[in-house]
Amino acid sequence: MKFPGLFKLTFWKVVAVVLMTVGLIAAIERYSMGLGSTTNLADTFPWGLWIGFDILVGVGLAAGGFSVAATVYLFNIERFRPILRPTILTAFLGYLLVIAGLMVDLGRPWAIWHALIYWNPRSVMFEVAWCVMLYTAVLALEFSPVVFERFNLQRPLKIIKTITIPLVVAGVILSTLHQSSLGSLFLIIPGRMHPLWYSDIIPFLFFISCVAAGLAMTIFESFLSSRALGREVELPLLSDLARVIVVVLALYFTVRIQDLINRDALQYVFEPSYQSMLFLGEVVLGVIVPFFLLLGRKIRTSKAGLFYSSVLVLLGFIAHRINTAITSMEQWPTRTYIPSWQELFITLGLAAFGFVAFSFAARYFNVFGHGSRAVELRDSKSPAVEGVASVPAK
Amino acid sequence: MLKPKALLIDITKCVGCGACTQACAEANNLPQEEAQELSATHYTVVQNYHDETYVRRLCMHCNEPTCVSACLVGGFTKTETGAVIYDESKCIGCRYCMQACPFEVPRYEWNSLAPRVQKCRMCYERVAAGGQTACSEACPTGATMFGDRDELIEEARKTIDENPGEYVDYIYGLKEAGGTSVLFISKVPFEKLGFPMNVPKEPIPDLSWRVLSQIPRYSVAAGVVLFGIHWITARRTEVARFEAEEKRKKENGQ
Repeated sequence: MKFPGLFKLTFWKVVAVVLMTVGLIAAIERYSMGLGSTTNLADTFPWGLWIGFDILVGVGLAAGGFSVAATVYLFNIERFRPILRPTILTAFLGYLLVIAGLMVDLGRPWAIWHALIYWNPRSVMFEVAWCVMLYTAVLALEFSPVVFERFNLQRPLKIIKTITIPLVVAGVILSTLHQSSLGSLFLIIPGRMHPLWYSDIIPFLFFISCVAAGLAMTIFESFLSSRALGREVELPLLSDLARVIVVVLALYFTVRIQDLINRDALQYVFEPSYQSMLFLGEVVLGVIVPFFLLLGRKIRTSKAGLFYSSVLVLLGFIAHRINTAITSMEQWPTRTYIPSWQELFITLGLAAFGFVAFSFAARYFNVFGHGSRAVELRDSKSPAVEGVASVPAK
Repeated sequence: MLKPKALLIDITKCVGCGACTQACAEANNLPQEEAQELSATHYTVVQNYHDETYVRRLCMHCNEPTCVSACLVGGFTKTETGAVIYDESKCIGCRYCMQACPFEVPRYEWNSLAPRVQKCRMCYERVAAGGQTACSEACPTGATMFGDRDELIEEARKTIDENPGEYVDYIYGLKEAGGTSVLFISKVPFEKLGFPMNVPKEPIPDLSWRVLSQIPRYSVAAGVVLFGIHWITARRTEVARFEAEEKRKKENGQ
């Protein structure tokens, strides 16, 4: 196992190590001292950064997994296959990080298995827990061919091939369910949320936005990996993804505005207030601006245009989730919240770990297709499409 | 057959003596100390509003509790006595109950390494054995009354009707969240006493169930559609494979 340049010092490597180290220290404090002294959570504010970011954003950014898998396997659009494996890897790591974040936030993490034996199907949380569990298993199975190939385990590879389509269908259904249900968690508190974010169509909004964010994350990850691994981005594919993002953003915006009007909540957008400022930031910078940027062909087909527009979509998505979980619940002066340093660094440390894990996996496994083409062709029943290296044996 | 019990709190009769809070602390092995807010060690507190209007705070023991529906492991139960109680053995500490409660009642043992949710238990064991709650027993003025829910509602109605001008014509808890087992009557309007006035008048779990109940139906339909799309478009993959094969043959000079 060779990792050329592993110990070469770069800026981002130092940043990653620092974040993970401080995050680890913070995690040790959290487990040895309890939530009270290591977080700024309180009876008046039981959910904070770990729910708002680690869980809500983490799950959303992994949404590329089900969209691209559906595109390749269900819509049979073969030319997107090159980005399938990296997207599945991103999604799989994303869900593992979400579970790690959960283990830190839960007051009794050792009891997490209770969800397997104590059932309350009337609870949205129950549905979220089960769908996340099952979908993480689906992702593991969808990623397993990469591992089986590496160790040349032919039998397991064949077994996975036969169940790929049902797996992908299950993955789409499970993802749709829990992506929207993370929003449905908030349906139960109409009186406690600010009207700019509470809506009975929250599940629908969460789902639409995760499609855009998942694809933006795929684009973002493509650029980062291409730089790290010294390979070219598949620009035409990414530009096509960007076109989908444009349409999804348009849908999201129109549905959101209509909903605000229906609920008589449009007035809150224009009163100068802390909430309206954050709302405008979220929608203008995260939806309207990238929509217009990506609408233009020049920007959409340029590397810089694609990259920075995707970053805006991601930031807007993060803002929406954090606004929903945190901002909407705040009420000055009694209910306010700023994360503690432990909360912040555990979050950053987990994110850094995700980047590191991705980069190790990308070098150790055939994720980007610079591996054994002969093996692929011999075992593959699917077309060796010209120029495409990454063809998971089917 | 035990009829569901409830508490009726007549705010005009409360003199802020704190006998209820002391009795509650004793009955539940909690520290005897003053507090202004509910906490993990205070199941009930008496708050002082403006000039000498004392308002008790405690769990409303809703008839269709939000916490019961929110808890993914079924950690809360609405019992036959009317009390809503918590089972710590199931709890995983997700705190959704705290997030969900429209009255912001459940409190947390933030400083514990095995934290529990804490709130008023309406003295479940005592009531199930035929007794009354510690607070209602201790109350010297009759501000906190214990009894069958329907009788207490009648009592509240009667009190308001027979004393015009002395009470706001409203029983708080009658309709809130679809009806609670802790009811309040007051002379001062409730919105001035920190009572949340925007609590829906239907059972709140319905808001989640409206969405959750659709899931089986939509999952089946989605499954059919997705398999269908795969089947319909599979031809594309066949064509691509055929074309690639042709190209490979050509390149090999066949």
